[in-house]
Amino acid sequence: MDYRELAQDLLRRAKGKDASGAEVIVVEDESFSVQVRMRAVDTLQSARQKRLGLRLCFGQRSATTATSDFSSESLQRLLDDTVAMARATAEDPYAGLPEPELFSADAPDLDLWDPEAANLPIQDRIALATAAESAALDFDPRITNSEGGEYGHEDARLIFANSHGFAGEYRGSSVVLSVSPIAGDNSGMQRDGWYSVQRRLENLESPESVGRTAAERALRRLGARKVPTQQVPVVFDPDMAASLLRTICGAVSGSAIYRSASFLTGKLGEKVASGDLTIVDDGRMAGKLGSRPFDGEGLPTRRTAIIRDGVLASYLLDTYTGRKLGMASTGNASRSLGQPPTVAPTNCHIVPGPCSPEQIIRSVDRGLYVTEMIGFGVNLVTGDYSRGAVGIWIENGELTYPVEEITIAGNLKDMLEQIEMIGDDLEWRGSIVAPTLKIARMTIAGN
Amino acid sequence: MSAEITRPEKFFLEKFGLTEESLERTLGAALGRSIDYADLYFEHRVNEEIGLEEGIVKKAAKSISQGVGVRATAEEKTGFAYSDEITVENLQLAAQRARYIAADSGQSDAVAVRESRMAPRDLYPVQVPPTDVPIQTKIDLLHQIDRIARAYDPHITKVMATISSEQKLVLVATSEGWVVGDVRPLHRLQVTCIAEDGRRGPGMRQMGTFGGGGRAEYSFFLEDERFAHFAREAARQAIVNLDADDAPAGTMDVVLGPGWPGILLHEAVGHGLEGDFNRKGTSAFSGRLGERVASPLCTVVDDGTIPGRRGSLNVDDEGTPTQRNVLIENGVLKGYLQDRLNARLMGMAPTGNGRRESYAHHPMPRMTNTFMLPGSTSPEDIIRSVKRGLYAVAFSGGQVDITNGKFVFSASEAYLIEDGKIGRPVKGATLIGNGPEALTRVTMVGDDLKLDEGIGTCGKDGQSVPVGVGLPTILINGMTVGGTQS
Repeated sequence: MDYRELAQDLLRRAKGKDASGAEVIVVEDESFSVQVRMRAVDTLQSARQKRLGLRLCFGQRSATTATSDFSSESLQRLLDDTVAMARATAEDPYAGLPEPELFSADAPDLDLWDPEAANLPIQDRIALATAAESAALDFDPRITNSEGGEYGHEDARLIFANSHGFAGEYRGSSVVLSVSPIAGDNSGMQRDGWYSVQRRLENLESPESVGRTAAERALRRLGARKVPTQQVPVVFDPDMAASLLRTICGAVSGSAIYRSASFLTGKLGEKVASGDLTIVDDGRMAGKLGSRPFDGEGLPTRRTAIIRDGVLASYLLDTYTGRKLGMASTGNASRSLGQPPTVAPTNCHIVPGPCSPEQIIRSVDRGLYVTEMIGFGVNLVTGDYSRGAVGIWIENGELTYPVEEITIAGNLKDMLEQIEMIGDDLEWRGSIVAPTLKIARMTIAGN
Repeated sequence: MSAEITRPEKFFLEKFGLTEESLERTLGAALGRSIDYADLYFEHRVNEEIGLEEGIVKKAAKSISQGVGVRATAEEKTGFAYSDEITVENLQLAAQRARYIAADSGQSDAVAVRESRMAPRDLYPVQVPPTDVPIQTKIDLLHQIDRIARAYDPHITKVMATISSEQKLVLVATSEGWVVGDVRPLHRLQVTCIAEDGRRGPGMRQMGTFGGGGRAEYSFFLEDERFAHFAREAARQAIVNLDADDAPAGTMDVVLGPGWPGILLHEAVGHGLEGDFNRKGTSAFSGRLGERVASPLCTVVDDGTIPGRRGSLNVDDEGTPTQRNVLIENGVLKGYLQDRLNARLMGMAPTGNGRRESYAHHPMPRMTNTFMLPGSTSPEDIIRSVKRGLYAVAFSGGQVDITNGKFVFSASEAYLIEDGKIGRPVKGATLIGNGPEALTRVTMVGDDLKLDEGIGTCGKDGQSVPVGVGLPTILINGMTVGGTQS
């Protein structure tokens, strides 16, 4: 079946139903994963899926639907259901597709797809997962167990068409290699892990390096203890700094802003963070995991500075949230088929600073180096932040012993202001990335 | 729709032009010579979401998804393939891919599917599928909720309410030669309010969330005016939190209120008792059956058989009837939660806990409704016994590291206890503890067991499934509270 033709046909039929706006998205996806545990294949998984999403507007009423059943009978019923649902919703003056003049025929090739990854034989995929887990198991006799090593590959093609005459498509791949070893000694067991995720196979970290790093991370947690309750500087390692950045992305999302559900509501143009902090979202970086030529509404993606030198420079917006706030979309519409557009970052990063991670740790007399956080203790409305943490205690500028069963807490407003040092160690280990960060003061709860 | 849809076997075979013979051939193709077990999991699911915000219904979304997952297991190995096109050809292809793990080139004869099993009982005999309830009925209810929440207090400035409806049909066919189906309705209503009070400082805002649901008729929301209760609770929580102080930091006595705070059990012990982690020896509870892991006051069960509950199932996603499993009895570890694979490898019986998010996910041991049996102390006496502590009544979510046992859960409504009396509200703080140890510090258990309202979703290995929790009021001596005020 030619999905481009199918999409155009549905648009014609929607017009026949008097829809004032219509949008069709088809996603075809092929995925594979192999999990190896204790050097033997544990789970092998493979699949092929397709889904069609439909959004219809009747003036200022709209509805969104999706199906995995492409039979013509099912698609006709989907169309009828969508019409009925849209007519049942209320008129919302901000609803509707983007203005026609905002679409662009310019669709750059962003190097999102790797044929080599698609052609890699299954035996070689299993070998990658096995090599990564073995590297962890062989690293140290205290690596006593494992949750396994995994290699995964995904290949997806997206076709988009709307009633403004915009049509586009792109294909993207991703490969991931990960290991979760368990270290054990008389103090107990500790699990940690490491992973590498890329669009291209050739950019993946070597299995030996993934396995070794995972083993080192699990080993350094052995014998972890609690520390007393106190206020100290906290250094976030790059992955934890990225977790903090994801939280900030949620707080600058147009949907949280217009609902007054963010501590950054109404702060545009104001200083909200340390003058050293600059955060950029860029959907057009070649080969990056968050890149795409157009967003979930078909609008061109772009580069947006969210925070520039500590000043809140832009929210992340789709068409609806932009209209609610009297602004233009920033090309950050994201789609989960069957749901109306939502706002999401593309490739979002904290611009690296001048300090090496070693310098940052050396600057701390007594404090915490955080390497893992658990739980959902983040309130975007107030900025209150309280999460379970694991890390390494810093004494006199040196990493000393591992700590666990503590929380770190503060308010995001203060935490952003108190970013004291920013590392030079930015690595693209995903679509939302950050370098090492030091926050001058947070509360640790422990003994 | 309703007549044929109540018989999953007939529904799937007719809808996809399959015959019993094609099922038998597919199972044969998946089975091969070195494969111990194979199964097919057919699923057809309709989800609908109607959302109100700013006083108008803005969101109307519907999603139809169908497919089949084919699984083959050989000792510890699992081969799994799925497809959204349920055709005889695709079934064969998926079966071959699933069998790949055993490096088995042969295939066995067709498996005779002789037995059509019935679930031992119907825990959710629903007349009208949730997705067949007219949209207008749901829209009218959402408007009432909006009015009730706004009327609760003039400081309520935003009300968001969503009704989510699901109708899911599943059919499991196994290489043991039997099939079983299940029809699973699920309703959920969630209300979120934002309260603002400029007089308490610029941009002073707070949020409250409440909701509930279950595998029941739509009238569940109307009985005892539950919808109005949900609306008022969300508004009340937002208003209470407007007044809240920063939470304390450090170790203190914690009283958990009844119901949803049962999330403690889910995180502190539930995940650690799932069969897969224990078979692999990666849980902090591994090898501890028969040992004391809680105070003698604690008996914890996981029960998938409670009629109409969000976490209940007639049969699990491998076709095993659900049951009531005692995990901890008077403080002693009694049992694990098992799916078929891990039960077989551990020489134990499946416990009806093999669950999967959809046909595109493989089954794993998961919880259903997890709760602690009531004790004999009145909740008032429990609070009165605390000199200085924290009283937490609502939580937003939690997480656990099953290997070292450390877990957290975050309060969304909590109060200080001073001299045996409930005092000032404090803002959400995360509580942290050690699973195998936390329940040994339970020194009082209330007589007021309550199950949650039916809103929980559990995530594991990227798969989400609906679950329930429950708890009587309990006192835990010395837990770490992660606030900011030392």
